[in-house]
Amino acid sequence: MSSRKISRIKMFLILLAAGITFLLPIFIVIINSFKYKFSITDTPFTLPNADSFAGFENYVNGINQTDFPLAFFWSLFITVFSVAAIIIFTSMTAWYIVRAKSPLTSILYYALVFSMIVPFQMVMFTMSKVANILRLDNPVGIIIIYLGFGAGLSVFMFSGFVKSVPKTVEEAATIDGCNTLQTYFLVVFPILKPTTVTVAILNTMWIWNDYLLPYLVIGNDYKTIPVAVQYLKGGYGSVDMGALMAMLVLSIIPVIIFYLTSQKYIIKGVAAGAVKG
Amino acid sequence: MKPLKRYFPIFVLPTLIAFSVAFLIPFIMGLYLSFTEFTTVENAIFVGFKNYITAFTEGDDFLNALWFTVKFAATSVITINLFAFILALMLTRKIWGTNLFRTVFFMPNLIGGIVLGYIWQLIINGVLLPYGYAITSDERFGFWGLVVLMNWQMIGYTMIIYIAGLTSVPTDILEAAKVDGAGVFTTLFKITIPSVMPSITICLFLTITNSFKMFDQNLALTAGAPSGSTKMLALDIYETFYGKIGFEGVGQAKAVIFFIIVAAIALTQLVLTRRKEVEQ
Repeated sequence: MSSRKISRIKMFLILLAAGITFLLPIFIVIINSFKYKFSITDTPFTLPNADSFAGFENYVNGINQTDFPLAFFWSLFITVFSVAAIIIFTSMTAWYIVRAKSPLTSILYYALVFSMIVPFQMVMFTMSKVANILRLDNPVGIIIIYLGFGAGLSVFMFSGFVKSVPKTVEEAATIDGCNTLQTYFLVVFPILKPTTVTVAILNTMWIWNDYLLPYLVIGNDYKTIPVAVQYLKGGYGSVDMGALMAMLVLSIIPVIIFYLTSQKYIIKGVAAGAVKG
Repeated sequence: MKPLKRYFPIFVLPTLIAFSVAFLIPFIMGLYLSFTEFTTVENAIFVGFKNYITAFTEGDDFLNALWFTVKFAATSVITINLFAFILALMLTRKIWGTNLFRTVFFMPNLIGGIVLGYIWQLIINGVLLPYGYAITSDERFGFWGLVVLMNWQMIGYTMIIYIAGLTSVPTDILEAAKVDGAGVFTTLFKITIPSVMPSITICLFLTITNSFKMFDQNLALTAGAPSGSTKMLALDIYETFYGKIGFEGVGQAKAVIFFIIVAAIALTQLVLTRRKEVEQ
Protein backbone atom coordinates (compact mmCIF):
# COMPACT_ATOMS: atom_id res chain seq x y z
CA MET A 1 0.00 0.00 0.00
CA SER A 2 2.67 2.46 0.96
CA SER A 3 4.84 1.56 -2.02
CA ARG A 4 1.93 2.35 -4.28
CA LYS A 5 1.48 5.68 -2.54
CA ILE A 6 5.14 6.47 -3.16
CA SER A 7 4.82 5.60 -6.84
CA ARG A 8 1.82 7.89 -7.05
CA ILE A 9 3.80 10.74 -5.55
CA LYS A 10 6.61 10.04 -8.03
CA MET A 11 4.17 10.11 -10.92
CA PHE A 12 2.67 13.34 -9.66
CA LEU A 13 6.12 14.92 -9.54
CA ILE A 14 6.91 13.72 -13.08
CA LEU A 15 3.61 15.17 -14.31
CA LEU A 16 4.28 18.40 -12.46
CA ALA A 17 7.69 18.73 -14.12
CA ALA A 18 6.18 17.96 -17.52
CA GLY A 19 3.37 20.45 -16.92
CA ILE A 20 5.81 23.21 -16.03
CA THR A 21 7.89 22.37 -19.12
CA PHE A 22 4.76 22.65 -21.24
CA LEU A 23 3.87 26.06 -19.84
CA LEU A 24 7.41 27.44 -19.86
CA PRO A 25 7.48 28.52 -23.55
CA ILE A 26 4.37 30.65 -23.08
CA PHE A 27 5.77 32.11 -19.87
CA ILE A 28 9.04 32.99 -21.61
CA VAL A 29 7.20 34.80 -24.41
CA ILE A 30 5.13 36.73 -21.86
CA ILE A 31 8.15 37.94 -19.86
CA ASN A 32 9.94 38.91 -23.04
CA SER A 33 6.99 40.92 -24.26
CA PHE A 34 7.74 43.34 -21.40
CA LYS A 35 11.43 43.74 -22.20
CA TYR A 36 13.34 46.04 -24.55
CA LYS A 37 14.21 44.34 -27.82
CA PHE A 38 17.94 44.04 -27.18
CA SER A 39 17.49 42.21 -23.91
CA ILE A 40 15.10 39.86 -25.72
CA THR A 41 17.75 38.65 -28.15
CA ASP A 42 20.65 38.82 -25.65
CA THR A 43 19.07 37.42 -22.49
CA PRO A 44 15.75 35.79 -23.38
CA PHE A 45 15.56 33.71 -20.21
CA THR A 46 15.84 36.43 -17.58
CA LEU A 47 13.00 38.30 -15.96
CA PRO A 48 12.74 41.97 -16.84
CA ASN A 49 14.78 44.19 -14.51
CA ALA A 50 15.01 47.95 -14.02
CA ASP A 51 17.08 48.32 -17.22
CA SER A 52 15.20 45.99 -19.50
CA PHE A 53 11.60 46.54 -18.39
CA ALA A 54 9.75 48.21 -21.25
CA GLY A 55 6.26 48.40 -19.79
CA PHE A 56 3.68 48.19 -22.52
CA GLU A 57 5.87 49.85 -25.13
CA ASN A 58 6.12 46.62 -27.18
CA TYR A 59 2.38 46.27 -27.16
CA VAL A 60 1.90 49.82 -28.40
CA ASN A 61 4.51 49.30 -31.15
CA GLY A 62 3.15 45.93 -32.15
CA ILE A 63 -0.44 47.11 -32.30
CA ASN A 64 0.60 50.08 -34.42
CA GLN A 65 2.81 48.09 -36.78
CA THR A 66 0.32 45.32 -37.44
CA ASP A 67 -2.95 47.17 -36.96
CA PHE A 68 -3.82 44.40 -34.54
CA PRO A 69 -7.42 45.45 -33.71
CA LEU A 70 -8.28 45.29 -37.40
CA ALA A 71 -6.56 41.91 -37.81
CA PHE A 72 -8.48 40.67 -34.77
CA PHE A 73 -11.70 41.92 -36.31
CA TRP A 74 -11.07 40.17 -39.63
CA SER A 75 -10.07 36.93 -37.93
CA LEU A 76 -13.22 37.02 -35.83
CA PHE A 77 -15.45 38.02 -38.73
CA ILE A 78 -14.14 35.33 -41.07
CA THR A 79 -14.10 32.61 -38.40
CA VAL A 80 -17.60 33.29 -37.05
CA PHE A 81 -19.34 33.57 -40.41
CA SER A 82 -17.44 30.71 -42.04
CA VAL A 83 -18.21 28.38 -39.15
CA ALA A 84 -21.87 29.45 -39.17
CA ALA A 85 -22.09 28.84 -42.93
CA ILE A 86 -20.37 25.47 -42.59
CA ILE A 87 -22.72 24.33 -39.82
CA ILE A 88 -25.92 25.36 -41.58
CA PHE A 89 -25.13 24.29 -45.12
CA THR A 90 -23.10 21.14 -44.55
CA SER A 91 -25.59 19.73 -42.05
CA MET A 92 -28.38 20.32 -44.56
CA THR A 93 -26.36 18.67 -47.30
CA ALA A 94 -25.48 15.72 -45.08
CA TRP A 95 -29.13 15.18 -44.18
CA TYR A 96 -30.16 15.36 -47.82
CA ILE A 97 -27.41 12.95 -48.89
CA VAL A 98 -28.52 10.38 -46.31
CA ARG A 99 -32.28 10.79 -46.80
CA ALA A 100 -32.46 11.21 -50.57
CA LYS A 101 -29.91 8.61 -51.53
CA SER A 102 -29.24 8.56 -55.26
CA PRO A 103 -26.21 7.93 -57.49
CA LEU A 104 -25.72 11.70 -57.69
CA THR A 105 -25.65 12.27 -53.94
CA SER A 106 -23.39 9.24 -53.49
CA ILE A 107 -20.89 10.69 -55.95
CA LEU A 108 -21.02 14.01 -54.13
CA TYR A 109 -20.49 12.28 -50.79
CA TYR A 110 -17.42 10.40 -52.01
CA ALA A 111 -16.03 13.54 -53.66
CA LEU A 112 -16.40 15.35 -50.33
CA VAL A 113 -14.72 12.54 -48.39
CA PHE A 114 -11.97 12.45 -51.01
CA SER A 115 -11.27 16.17 -50.51
CA MET A 116 -10.28 15.45 -46.90
CA ILE A 117 -7.12 13.64 -47.94
CA VAL A 118 -5.93 16.19 -50.49
CA PRO A 119 -3.23 18.49 -49.10
CA PHE A 120 -3.81 22.21 -49.51
CA GLN A 121 -0.72 22.70 -51.72
CA MET A 122 -2.40 20.63 -54.43
CA VAL A 123 -5.07 23.28 -54.99
CA MET A 124 -3.59 26.46 -53.51
CA PHE A 125 -2.48 28.05 -56.76
CA THR A 126 -5.55 27.22 -58.83
CA MET A 127 -7.94 27.97 -55.96
CA SER A 128 -6.44 31.46 -55.47
CA LYS A 129 -6.82 31.97 -59.20
CA VAL A 130 -10.48 30.88 -59.23
CA ALA A 131 -11.20 33.01 -56.15
CA ASN A 132 -9.63 35.97 -57.90
CA ILE A 133 -11.59 35.50 -61.13
CA LEU A 134 -14.89 35.09 -59.25
CA ARG A 135 -14.14 38.12 -57.04
CA LEU A 136 -14.14 36.00 -53.91
CA ASP A 137 -10.88 37.63 -52.81
CA ASN A 138 -12.47 39.62 -49.98
CA PRO A 139 -13.57 38.83 -46.39
CA VAL A 140 -17.07 37.87 -47.53
CA GLY A 141 -16.00 35.79 -50.51
CA ILE A 142 -13.49 33.84 -48.44
CA ILE A 143 -16.41 32.50 -46.40
CA ILE A 144 -17.53 30.60 -49.52
CA ILE A 145 -13.99 29.22 -49.92
CA TYR A 146 -14.00 28.06 -46.30
CA LEU A 147 -17.43 26.47 -46.78
CA GLY A 148 -16.02 24.55 -49.72
CA PHE A 149 -12.90 23.41 -47.89
CA GLY A 150 -14.68 22.63 -44.64
CA ALA A 151 -17.44 20.69 -46.40
CA GLY A 152 -15.51 17.40 -46.57
CA LEU A 153 -14.99 16.74 -42.88
CA SER A 154 -18.23 18.44 -41.83
CA VAL A 155 -20.55 16.57 -44.20
CA PHE A 156 -18.75 13.36 -43.27
CA MET A 157 -19.32 13.91 -39.56
CA PHE A 158 -22.91 15.12 -39.89
CA SER A 159 -23.97 12.28 -42.18
CA GLY A 160 -22.52 9.76 -39.74
CA PHE A 161 -24.85 11.15 -37.11
CA VAL A 162 -27.89 11.59 -39.36
CA LYS A 163 -27.80 7.85 -40.12
CA SER A 164 -28.53 7.21 -36.43
CA VAL A 165 -31.55 9.57 -36.35
CA PRO A 166 -34.75 7.50 -36.68
CA LYS A 167 -36.86 8.44 -39.70
CA THR A 168 -40.05 8.11 -37.65
CA VAL A 169 -39.30 11.40 -35.87
CA GLU A 170 -39.28 13.20 -39.19
CA GLU A 171 -42.36 11.38 -40.44
CA ALA A 172 -44.25 12.40 -37.30
CA ALA A 173 -43.34 16.02 -37.94
CA THR A 174 -44.55 15.73 -41.54
CA ILE A 175 -47.87 14.30 -40.36
CA ASP A 176 -48.15 17.23 -37.94
CA GLY A 177 -48.02 19.50 -40.97
CA CYS A 178 -44.36 20.54 -41.16
CA ASN A 179 -42.92 21.03 -44.63
CA THR A 180 -39.44 19.71 -45.35
CA LEU A 181 -37.64 22.89 -44.28
CA GLN A 182 -39.60 23.12 -41.05
CA THR A 183 -39.00 19.46 -40.34
CA TYR A 184 -35.31 19.95 -40.87
CA PHE A 185 -34.84 23.08 -38.77
CA LEU A 186 -37.36 22.39 -36.01
CA VAL A 187 -36.85 18.66 -35.58
CA VAL A 188 -33.66 17.32 -37.19
CA PHE A 189 -31.20 20.17 -36.64
CA PRO A 190 -31.70 20.31 -32.84
CA ILE A 191 -31.05 16.55 -32.65
CA LEU A 192 -27.71 17.02 -34.41
CA LYS A 193 -26.42 19.29 -31.62
CA PRO A 194 -23.58 17.07 -30.33
CA THR A 195 -22.10 16.82 -33.83
CA THR A 196 -22.76 20.52 -34.44
CA VAL A 197 -20.61 21.37 -31.41
CA THR A 198 -17.81 19.10 -32.61
CA VAL A 199 -17.95 20.45 -36.16
CA ALA A 200 -18.01 24.03 -34.86
CA ILE A 201 -14.96 23.50 -32.66
CA LEU A 202 -12.86 21.70 -35.26
CA ASN A 203 -13.60 24.34 -37.87
CA THR A 204 -13.06 27.25 -35.47
CA MET A 205 -9.61 25.94 -34.52
CA TRP A 206 -8.69 25.45 -38.15
CA ILE A 207 -9.99 28.75 -39.56
CA TRP A 208 -8.83 30.95 -36.68
CA ASN A 209 -5.26 29.65 -36.99
CA ASP A 210 -5.16 29.26 -40.75
CA TYR A 211 -2.36 31.18 -42.40
CA LEU A 212 -1.74 30.24 -46.02
CA LEU A 213 -5.31 30.34 -47.35
CA PRO A 214 -6.17 33.86 -46.12
CA TYR A 215 -2.67 35.03 -47.05
CA LEU A 216 -3.06 33.86 -50.66
CA VAL A 217 -6.69 34.87 -51.14
CA ILE A 218 -7.02 38.18 -49.27
CA GLY A 219 -3.57 38.77 -47.73
CA ASN A 220 -2.76 41.94 -49.65
CA ASP A 221 -5.78 43.89 -48.51
CA TYR A 222 -7.03 42.17 -45.36
CA LYS A 223 -4.79 40.61 -42.74
CA THR A 224 -5.99 38.06 -40.25
CA ILE A 225 -3.99 37.56 -37.03
CA PRO A 226 -1.63 34.84 -38.35
CA VAL A 227 -1.03 36.83 -41.53
CA ALA A 228 -0.34 39.99 -39.49
CA VAL A 229 2.16 38.16 -37.25
CA GLN A 230 3.98 36.68 -40.24
CA TYR A 231 3.94 40.08 -41.95
CA LEU A 232 5.59 41.67 -38.91
CA LYS A 233 8.34 39.07 -38.93
CA GLY A 234 8.65 38.54 -42.65
CA GLY A 235 8.81 42.22 -43.56
CA TYR A 236 12.09 43.61 -44.84
CA GLY A 237 14.55 45.32 -42.54
CA SER A 238 15.31 44.41 -38.96
CA VAL A 239 12.58 42.72 -37.01
CA ASP A 240 11.24 44.45 -33.92
CA MET A 241 11.51 41.50 -31.53
CA GLY A 242 9.66 43.40 -28.79
CA ALA A 243 6.67 44.04 -31.02
CA LEU A 244 6.76 40.41 -32.19
CA MET A 245 6.67 39.10 -28.62
CA ALA A 246 3.75 41.37 -27.77
CA MET A 247 1.88 40.20 -30.86
CA LEU A 248 2.49 36.56 -29.97
CA VAL A 249 0.99 37.18 -26.53
CA LEU A 250 -1.99 39.03 -28.01
CA SER A 251 -2.58 36.17 -30.49
CA ILE A 252 -2.53 33.57 -27.73
CA ILE A 253 -4.91 35.37 -25.34
CA PRO A 254 -8.14 34.86 -27.34
CA VAL A 255 -7.25 31.21 -27.94
CA ILE A 256 -6.69 30.59 -24.24
CA ILE A 257 -9.92 32.35 -23.27
CA PHE A 258 -11.79 30.23 -25.82
CA TYR A 259 -10.09 27.10 -24.50
CA LEU A 260 -10.75 27.75 -20.82
CA THR A 261 -14.39 28.62 -21.38
CA SER A 262 -15.28 25.65 -23.57
CA GLN A 263 -12.56 23.17 -22.66
CA LYS A 264 -14.92 20.27 -22.08
CA TYR A 265 -16.39 20.53 -25.58
CA ILE A 266 -13.04 21.15 -27.22
CA ILE A 267 -11.40 18.04 -25.80
CA LYS A 268 -14.45 15.91 -26.55
CA GLY A 269 -14.80 17.39 -30.04
CA VAL A 270 -11.17 16.91 -30.92
CA ALA A 271 -11.24 13.30 -29.76
CA ALA A 272 -14.42 12.64 -31.78
CA GLY A 273 -12.97 14.37 -34.86
CA ALA A 274 -9.76 12.35 -34.69
CA VAL A 275 -11.55 9.05 -34.38
CA LYS A 276 -13.65 9.78 -37.45
CA GLY A 277 -11.08 11.61 -39.55
CA MET B 1 -39.53 10.69 -50.27
CA LYS B 2 -40.04 11.86 -53.85
CA PRO B 3 -40.88 15.50 -53.00
CA LEU B 4 -37.43 15.73 -51.39
CA LYS B 5 -35.96 16.20 -54.87
CA ARG B 6 -37.51 19.64 -55.05
CA TYR B 7 -35.38 20.67 -52.10
CA PHE B 8 -32.08 19.87 -53.76
CA PRO B 9 -31.37 23.54 -54.57
CA ILE B 10 -31.84 24.58 -50.94
CA PHE B 11 -30.15 21.69 -49.19
CA VAL B 12 -27.29 20.80 -51.50
CA LEU B 13 -26.62 23.57 -53.98
CA PRO B 14 -24.88 26.08 -51.62
CA THR B 15 -22.45 23.42 -50.42
CA LEU B 16 -22.00 22.05 -53.93
CA ILE B 17 -21.20 25.47 -55.40
CA ALA B 18 -18.74 26.34 -52.62
CA PHE B 19 -17.15 22.89 -52.89
CA SER B 20 -16.78 23.20 -56.66
CA VAL B 21 -15.27 26.66 -56.47
CA ALA B 22 -12.91 25.97 -53.57
CA PHE B 23 -11.94 22.39 -54.31
CA LEU B 24 -13.35 20.49 -57.27
CA ILE B 25 -12.52 22.90 -60.10
CA PRO B 26 -9.10 23.88 -58.63
CA PHE B 27 -8.26 20.19 -58.15
CA ILE B 28 -9.03 19.23 -61.75
CA MET B 29 -7.32 22.38 -63.04
CA GLY B 30 -4.32 21.50 -60.88
CA LEU B 31 -4.06 18.00 -62.30
CA TYR B 32 -4.18 19.36 -65.83
CA LEU B 33 -1.77 22.23 -65.18
CA SER B 34 0.84 19.85 -63.82
CA PHE B 35 1.29 18.70 -67.43
CA THR B 36 1.66 22.23 -68.78
CA GLU B 37 3.95 25.21 -68.67
CA PHE B 38 2.22 28.36 -67.45
CA THR B 39 2.57 31.58 -65.52
CA THR B 40 -1.00 32.84 -65.40
CA VAL B 41 -3.11 29.69 -66.10
CA GLU B 42 -4.55 31.25 -69.29
CA ASN B 43 -1.26 30.77 -71.15
CA ALA B 44 -0.81 27.06 -70.33
CA ILE B 45 0.99 24.94 -72.95
CA PHE B 46 0.87 21.14 -72.75
CA VAL B 47 4.33 19.67 -72.13
CA GLY B 48 3.60 16.09 -71.04
CA PHE B 49 5.65 14.76 -68.14
CA LYS B 50 8.33 17.41 -68.45
CA ASN B 51 7.42 19.10 -65.14
CA TYR B 52 7.57 15.81 -63.28
CA ILE B 53 11.02 15.13 -64.65
CA THR B 54 12.16 18.66 -63.84
CA ALA B 55 10.83 18.31 -60.28
CA PHE B 56 13.34 15.54 -59.63
CA THR B 57 16.23 16.68 -61.79
CA GLU B 58 16.38 20.50 -61.44
CA GLY B 59 18.59 20.82 -58.36
CA ASP B 60 18.13 18.55 -55.36
CA ASP B 61 15.53 20.72 -53.64
CA PHE B 62 12.58 18.40 -53.99
CA LEU B 63 14.42 15.20 -53.10
CA ASN B 64 16.07 16.96 -50.16
CA ALA B 65 12.72 18.22 -48.96
CA LEU B 66 11.23 14.75 -49.36
CA TRP B 67 14.05 13.12 -47.39
CA PHE B 68 13.95 15.82 -44.71
CA THR B 69 10.17 15.38 -44.40
CA VAL B 70 10.47 11.60 -44.09
CA LYS B 71 13.18 11.90 -41.40
CA PHE B 72 11.17 14.53 -39.57
CA ALA B 73 7.93 12.55 -39.74
CA ALA B 74 9.60 9.34 -38.54
CA THR B 75 11.27 11.07 -35.59
CA SER B 76 8.21 13.06 -34.56
CA VAL B 77 5.85 10.12 -34.84
CA ILE B 78 7.95 8.02 -32.50
CA THR B 79 8.61 10.73 -29.91
CA ILE B 80 5.08 12.17 -29.89
CA ASN B 81 3.37 8.81 -29.53
CA LEU B 82 5.80 7.59 -26.88
CA PHE B 83 5.44 10.69 -24.69
CA ALA B 84 1.70 10.95 -25.27
CA PHE B 85 1.17 7.31 -24.35
CA ILE B 86 3.22 7.58 -21.16
CA LEU B 87 1.35 10.72 -20.12
CA ALA B 88 -1.97 9.06 -20.90
CA LEU B 89 -1.01 6.03 -18.78
CA MET B 90 -0.20 8.30 -15.84
CA LEU B 91 -3.28 10.45 -16.27
CA THR B 92 -5.63 7.46 -16.21
CA ARG B 93 -4.39 6.60 -12.70
CA LYS B 94 -5.84 8.11 -9.58
CA ILE B 95 -3.47 11.01 -9.25
CA TRP B 96 -4.28 14.43 -7.90
CA GLY B 97 -4.88 17.08 -10.56
CA THR B 98 -5.28 14.85 -13.63
CA ASN B 99 -7.81 17.23 -15.16
CA LEU B 100 -5.54 20.21 -14.68
CA PHE B 101 -2.62 18.35 -16.27
CA ARG B 102 -4.75 17.30 -19.21
CA THR B 103 -5.77 20.92 -19.75
CA VAL B 104 -2.14 22.08 -19.67
CA PHE B 105 -0.78 19.38 -21.99
CA PHE B 106 -3.49 19.95 -24.57
CA MET B 107 -3.28 23.75 -24.64
CA PRO B 108 -0.42 24.19 -27.19
CA ASN B 109 -2.53 22.33 -29.75
CA LEU B 110 -4.83 25.32 -30.04
CA ILE B 111 -2.10 27.79 -30.88
CA GLY B 112 -1.60 28.45 -34.58
CA GLY B 113 1.46 27.20 -36.45
CA ILE B 114 2.90 30.63 -37.22
CA VAL B 115 2.75 31.71 -33.57
CA LEU B 116 4.18 28.36 -32.44
CA GLY B 117 7.08 28.80 -34.84
CA TYR B 118 8.07 32.18 -33.44
CA ILE B 119 7.70 31.06 -29.82
CA TRP B 120 10.17 28.24 -30.42
CA GLN B 121 12.47 30.36 -32.53
CA LEU B 122 12.94 32.66 -29.54
CA ILE B 123 13.59 29.77 -27.16
CA ILE B 124 15.94 27.78 -29.40
CA ASN B 125 17.91 30.86 -30.36
CA GLY B 126 18.17 31.70 -26.66
CA VAL B 127 19.53 28.25 -25.85
CA LEU B 128 22.05 28.32 -28.72
CA LEU B 129 23.17 31.93 -28.12
CA PRO B 130 25.82 31.20 -25.43
CA TYR B 131 27.50 28.81 -27.89
CA GLY B 132 27.47 31.41 -30.64
CA TYR B 133 24.89 29.67 -32.81
CA ALA B 134 21.39 30.42 -34.03
CA ILE B 135 18.69 28.02 -35.25
CA THR B 136 19.62 28.93 -38.80
CA SER B 137 23.32 28.00 -38.37
CA ASP B 138 22.96 24.29 -38.95
CA GLU B 139 20.44 21.91 -40.45
CA ARG B 140 20.43 19.80 -37.26
CA PHE B 141 19.26 22.73 -35.12
CA GLY B 142 16.35 23.33 -37.47
CA PHE B 143 15.52 19.64 -37.58
CA TRP B 144 15.43 19.15 -33.82
CA GLY B 145 13.73 22.51 -33.39
CA LEU B 146 10.90 21.33 -35.63
CA VAL B 147 10.73 18.00 -33.79
CA VAL B 148 10.50 19.72 -30.39
CA LEU B 149 7.88 22.14 -31.69
CA MET B 150 5.80 19.34 -33.17
CA ASN B 151 6.02 17.38 -29.93
CA TRP B 152 4.88 20.38 -27.93
CA GLN B 153 1.94 20.88 -30.27
CA MET B 154 0.84 17.28 -30.80
CA ILE B 155 1.55 15.43 -27.53
CA GLY B 156 -1.58 16.78 -25.83
CA TYR B 157 -3.75 15.93 -28.80
CA THR B 158 -2.53 12.34 -29.14
CA MET B 159 -2.66 11.98 -25.36
CA ILE B 160 -6.39 12.80 -25.40
CA ILE B 161 -7.03 10.00 -27.89
CA TYR B 162 -4.93 7.56 -25.87
CA ILE B 163 -6.79 8.50 -22.69
CA ALA B 164 -10.10 7.80 -24.46
CA GLY B 165 -8.72 4.40 -25.51
CA LEU B 166 -7.26 3.55 -22.11
CA THR B 167 -10.41 4.35 -20.14
CA SER B 168 -12.34 1.86 -22.26
CA VAL B 169 -9.99 -1.03 -21.39
CA PRO B 170 -12.17 -3.36 -19.31
CA THR B 171 -11.08 -3.21 -15.66
CA ASP B 172 -12.04 -6.81 -14.92
CA ILE B 173 -9.36 -8.09 -17.30
CA LEU B 174 -6.78 -5.84 -15.63
CA GLU B 175 -7.84 -7.07 -12.20
CA ALA B 176 -7.80 -10.69 -13.34
CA ALA B 177 -4.24 -10.16 -14.57
CA LYS B 178 -3.25 -8.70 -11.22
CA VAL B 179 -4.80 -11.66 -9.38
CA ASP B 180 -2.86 -14.02 -11.63
CA GLY B 181 0.30 -12.21 -10.59
CA ALA B 182 1.12 -10.43 -13.85
CA GLY B 183 3.72 -7.68 -13.44
CA VAL B 184 3.34 -4.08 -14.56
CA PHE B 185 5.12 -4.64 -17.88
CA THR B 186 3.38 -7.92 -18.64
CA THR B 187 0.03 -6.23 -18.11
CA LEU B 188 1.11 -3.29 -20.26
CA PHE B 189 2.34 -5.33 -23.23
CA LYS B 190 -0.05 -8.27 -23.02
CA ILE B 191 -3.29 -6.49 -22.12
CA THR B 192 -3.23 -2.69 -22.23
CA ILE B 193 -1.43 -2.14 -25.55
CA PRO B 194 -3.36 -4.82 -27.50
CA SER B 195 -6.67 -3.38 -26.27
CA VAL B 196 -5.81 0.17 -27.34
CA MET B 197 -4.51 -0.85 -30.77
CA PRO B 198 -7.28 1.11 -32.57
CA SER B 199 -6.21 4.29 -30.75
CA ILE B 200 -2.59 3.58 -31.60
CA THR B 201 -3.42 3.22 -35.31
CA ILE B 202 -5.35 6.50 -35.28
CA CYS B 203 -2.58 8.36 -33.47
CA LEU B 204 0.18 7.00 -35.67
CA PHE B 205 -1.54 8.09 -38.85
CA LEU B 206 -2.67 11.39 -37.41
CA THR B 207 0.91 12.25 -36.48
CA ILE B 208 2.31 10.97 -39.80
CA THR B 209 -0.10 13.01 -41.95
CA ASN B 210 0.27 16.11 -39.79
CA SER B 211 4.05 15.84 -39.94
CA PHE B 212 3.98 15.37 -43.70
CA LYS B 213 1.69 18.32 -44.31
CA MET B 214 3.44 20.72 -41.94
CA PHE B 215 3.85 24.20 -43.42
CA ASP B 216 3.19 27.15 -41.07
CA GLN B 217 5.56 25.96 -38.35
CA ASN B 218 8.28 25.31 -40.92
CA LEU B 219 7.84 28.75 -42.47
CA ALA B 220 7.95 30.55 -39.12
CA LEU B 221 10.67 28.54 -37.36
CA THR B 222 13.38 28.21 -40.03
CA ALA B 223 11.83 29.17 -43.40
CA GLY B 224 14.15 26.49 -44.78
CA ALA B 225 17.40 28.03 -43.49
CA PRO B 226 20.29 27.39 -43.77
CA SER B 227 20.13 27.45 -47.58
CA GLY B 228 16.95 25.45 -47.93
CA SER B 229 18.22 22.42 -45.99
CA THR B 230 15.32 22.45 -43.50
CA LYS B 231 12.64 22.89 -46.13
CA MET B 232 9.84 20.36 -45.94
CA LEU B 233 7.70 19.28 -48.90
CA ALA B 234 4.90 21.81 -48.44
CA LEU B 235 7.31 24.72 -48.11
CA ASP B 236 9.35 23.56 -51.12
CA ILE B 237 6.18 23.42 -53.23
CA TYR B 238 5.15 26.86 -52.03
CA GLU B 239 8.54 28.32 -52.94
CA THR B 240 8.55 26.66 -56.34
CA PHE B 241 5.18 28.27 -57.08
CA TYR B 242 5.78 31.73 -55.72
CA GLY B 243 9.55 32.01 -55.51
CA LYS B 244 10.66 31.27 -59.07
CA ILE B 245 8.99 32.73 -62.15
CA GLY B 246 8.28 30.15 -64.85
CA PHE B 247 8.25 27.21 -62.43
CA GLU B 248 4.51 27.19 -61.72
CA GLY B 249 4.06 23.98 -63.73
CA VAL B 250 6.87 22.30 -61.81
CA GLY B 251 5.31 23.48 -58.54
CA GLN B 252 2.00 21.95 -59.58
CA ALA B 253 3.70 18.68 -60.56
CA LYS B 254 5.41 18.57 -57.15
CA ALA B 255 2.02 19.23 -55.54
CA VAL B 256 0.51 16.27 -57.39
CA ILE B 257 3.32 14.01 -56.16
CA PHE B 258 2.80 15.38 -52.64
CA PHE B 259 -0.92 14.63 -52.95
CA ILE B 260 -0.21 11.06 -54.06
CA ILE B 261 2.10 10.48 -51.07
CA VAL B 262 -0.42 11.86 -48.56
CA ALA B 263 -3.28 9.95 -50.20
CA ALA B 264 -1.26 6.72 -50.09
CA ILE B 265 -0.70 7.19 -46.35
CA ALA B 266 -4.41 7.86 -45.79
CA LEU B 267 -5.45 4.82 -47.84
CA THR B 268 -3.04 2.58 -45.93
CA GLN B 269 -4.66 3.74 -42.72
CA LEU B 270 -8.12 3.05 -44.12
CA VAL B 271 -7.16 -0.47 -45.17
CA LEU B 272 -5.49 -1.19 -41.82
CA THR B 273 -8.42 0.05 -39.74
CA ARG B 274 -10.90 -1.84 -41.90
CA ARG B 275 -8.94 -5.05 -41.48
CA LYS B 276 -8.80 -4.53 -37.70
CA GLU B 277 -12.55 -4.03 -37.59
CA VAL B 278 -13.09 -7.29 -39.44
CA GLU B 279 -10.79 -9.15 -37.06
CA GLN B 280 -12.64 -7.90 -34.01
